[in-house]
Amino acid sequence: MSATVASAVPGPAKNARVALMLGRRRHRVNTIVKLFCILATILGLVLLGSILFTLVWRGMAGLSLVVFTTSTKPPGSNGGLLNAIVGTLIQTAAGTVIGTPIGLMVGTYLAEYGRDSPLAGAVRFVSDVLLSAPSILIGLFVYAIVVEPFGGFSGFAGCVALAVIVVPIVVRTTEDMLRLISPALREAAIGLGAPKWKVIVLICYRSAMDGIVTGVLLAIARIAGETAPLLFTSLGNLNWSISMTQPMASLPVTIYQYAGSAFDDWVQLAWVGALLITLGVLAINIGARLLLNRGK
Amino acid sequence: MQQAVAAPSLPTASLMRGRSRPGDGIFAFAVRAAGVLVLLVLGSLILSLLIGGLPALRRFGVGFLFSAAWDPVHQIFGAAVPVVGTLVTAVLALLLAVPIAFGIAFYLTELAPGWLRRPVGIAIELLAAVPSIIYGMWGFFVIVPLMSQYFEPTLINAFDGIPVLQDVFAGPPFGTGVFTAALVLTVMVVPFIAATMRDVFETVPPVFKESAYGVGCTTWEVMRSIVLPYTRASVIGGIMLGLGRALGETMAVTFVIGNANHISPNLFASGNTIASLVALEFPESPAGSLKLSSLLALGLILFVISFIVLAISRSLLRPRLKV
Repeated sequence: MSATVASAVPGPAKNARVALMLGRRRHRVNTIVKLFCILATILGLVLLGSILFTLVWRGMAGLSLVVFTTSTKPPGSNGGLLNAIVGTLIQTAAGTVIGTPIGLMVGTYLAEYGRDSPLAGAVRFVSDVLLSAPSILIGLFVYAIVVEPFGGFSGFAGCVALAVIVVPIVVRTTEDMLRLISPALREAAIGLGAPKWKVIVLICYRSAMDGIVTGVLLAIARIAGETAPLLFTSLGNLNWSISMTQPMASLPVTIYQYAGSAFDDWVQLAWVGALLITLGVLAINIGARLLLNRGK
Repeated sequence: MQQAVAAPSLPTASLMRGRSRPGDGIFAFAVRAAGVLVLLVLGSLILSLLIGGLPALRRFGVGFLFSAAWDPVHQIFGAAVPVVGTLVTAVLALLLAVPIAFGIAFYLTELAPGWLRRPVGIAIELLAAVPSIIYGMWGFFVIVPLMSQYFEPTLINAFDGIPVLQDVFAGPPFGTGVFTAALVLTVMVVPFIAATMRDVFETVPPVFKESAYGVGCTTWEVMRSIVLPYTRASVIGGIMLGLGRALGETMAVTFVIGNANHISPNLFASGNTIASLVALEFPESPAGSLKLSSLLALGLILFVISFIVLAISRSLLRPRLKV
């Protein structure tokens, strides 16, 4: 019996020299893997550094007051990005305002009402699919249901496309946060005779506020940089326009149009736009993380 | 005395019941309706792509999937080239990204000193938050020149004369092309996969790892024999999530893939993907044209591919990372 165990389980080798060599090999493999992991992490950090450095280096050169005070103009006439910046602000804000309440309600349904019912399972699955679905498909979808029937590209269509992206992000964080709330809090409110909707709105939302706001901030950061869904919906506009029924400019689409152009001043403006959008997106991300940590 | 106590409570109770019941009902109905709305959005997304793509699918039939043609002049369109381009770039990106992402996740969970974990983790997450158009610009202005001046000539020379490989690592060294697109996609999906892997690795009960360390395992042996087997399904789920992102990426790829509608065994040759073709050709496709219909049919194919990938990813990830 003891013999079979000894042969089946690789124990320490009897020969001291073999044991030493085996041990050395194990540690060598360990060192190599560790080294590879450290290199991989450094590579990741270098890439982030390279992107930020390129943006700052190329973007700062063109950063001036004109960028914020003038709309896009033909090449060579000292244009700015005002219409694109305002367009992005409008569409991001409207997309968030449309998408957040819907996402909040769906998240509430999943956490408080549906829970493990088949309908809730289906909603959760579909929301997850929408969360990771290619954003260009959402652009095509909104083109088919808003742009085609209503006769033309519009800022409103862009907002709808962005709202479709906001919903699943808010759903995910809302559900997660509501599920974290201790039952004692709910029981205390119910014990006082509060109806369920009041318990949810006045107690649960309030105690999950930090988490929900984090989700909304992450959603804003995500849609502020989205390009693909806007190509087919708000299209972009080289003139000043804040009409929701007309094509509307946005920073990402303007960057896309300018970066590939043959004019140096347009490429320069594309870099400035890229710097602005990246700084904005990263600042919101860091802000969201700080908020979540404050809650913990 | 008893009456005096009971009397005031009666109207309040009836008042509360009268007020709260409809409130509860309305609220429950509203949130359920919002849930159904999400189902409707996905349903109408599929329907709109299907209806929009129907003329093309009817005209070309199943052959649409296998035809490599993209000829606006003669109105002949096929999906083979972008579908192959999508799959090749995404799979190539994953082959490069998975080891790097694994290394980062391994470092963050097992190797990094405590004070370094959070800042490095956040930096990796920020990399995932950078908008895809920025990756496109960065790839076009930073990676493309590097590729055309250094990597591509070097690789072409290195593999010259070796059968098979000399055809794979070949093509005009312009910098743009399938390989560059795969590289930029790699950079984009690494932070995604790394962050998911890290979250998954952290679900391993410390007792398991501690007992392995206790019998003398090295860090790598703990990872290989304890952490990886315990988290295998979720790790694959995380990789699939990255694959889903790589498949549907539009802007970054459009900038660097070169945009040519042909299938080539050469990695450095230009190509296209479903997303990049749709983004580029859409402005030149008038409403109601066969070309637009073909683009929508391509969108439907992309949806089906990413749906399958995401569904698998979710079924593997949910049990571990979700309640």
